[in-house]
Amino acid sequence: MKTFIPLAIVLVLATGFGLWYQRTRGEFRKKKTVNGPKLTAAIVGTELGSRATMVQFSSAFCTPCRATKVLLEDMVKAMPDVRYAHVDAESHLELVRELDIRSTPTTLFLNHAGVEVGRAMGTPKRAQVHAALAAIH
Amino acid sequence: MSVSIDARGPRWSALFTTVVLATALVTSSVWVITFQAVVFAIGVIRGPQFTPYAFLFKKLIKPRLKSTVTFEDVRPPQFAQAVGLAFTLVAIIGSTTGAGGVFTVAVGLALAAAFLNAAFNYCLGCQMYLLILRARF
Repeated sequence: MKTFIPLAIVLVLATGFGLWYQRTRGEFRKKKTVNGPKLTAAIVGTELGSRATMVQFSSAFCTPCRATKVLLEDMVKAMPDVRYAHVDAESHLELVRELDIRSTPTTLFLNHAGVEVGRAMGTPKRAQVHAALAAIH
Repeated sequence: MSVSIDARGPRWSALFTTVVLATALVTSSVWVITFQAVVFAIGVIRGPQFTPYAFLFKKLIKPRLKSTVTFEDVRPPQFAQAVGLAFTLVAIIGSTTGAGGVFTVAVGLALAAAFLNAAFNYCLGCQMYLLILRARF
């Protein structure tokens, strides 16, 4: 029985982490301080939205990135005051460091001035994106 | 142009890996771990689609699956095999030098990663990739 203790510990801890991880994917995390760098059209490669902009950081090493891109591109079609920008993390490492992007996909939610209001890691669900954008005025 | 593989394959391989690593953890068998290390080595050198587990998936599991193929870049799962290989090599060294604690911890960590991949589709390599890139440049 003693030999099963390490196995039990690993499975319990891993399950706990796995459940937490699944639950927090796509979750909108509000930025605690509002004095981050302002992102401009020049930096993200496209005009900012009149109300909000979603900037998705992706990399080649990232299976969920494509699904996120497809979802967000589709969603902005129905929202004329929101724009979507796509940034390749590997070719923008300075920006990745400055913004402390740790994994892909990470989607930054910017207000009309290009200031980050919050971000979501992992593929968000539609409802999560709507909720995040609704909070930006 | 990077290689694409059936994304369901690595997850099933992770399941087989979980079973093998759990067995190694419970039996403290260096032979079981050596077998797994060889599997990881094949995955790293040739590619995750060429391991015995991938072969099992292709011949036995895939024809019976109802879901459709989704393709993913081979590099993240291949990187995961390298991480697994590193852990199992440490485990072998721990076992052969009489450091049982090292063996247990190394196998435990490899098991956690494989289990997270199998049960929650969590890709440890994907999470680590950007962090490694950021640190390197």
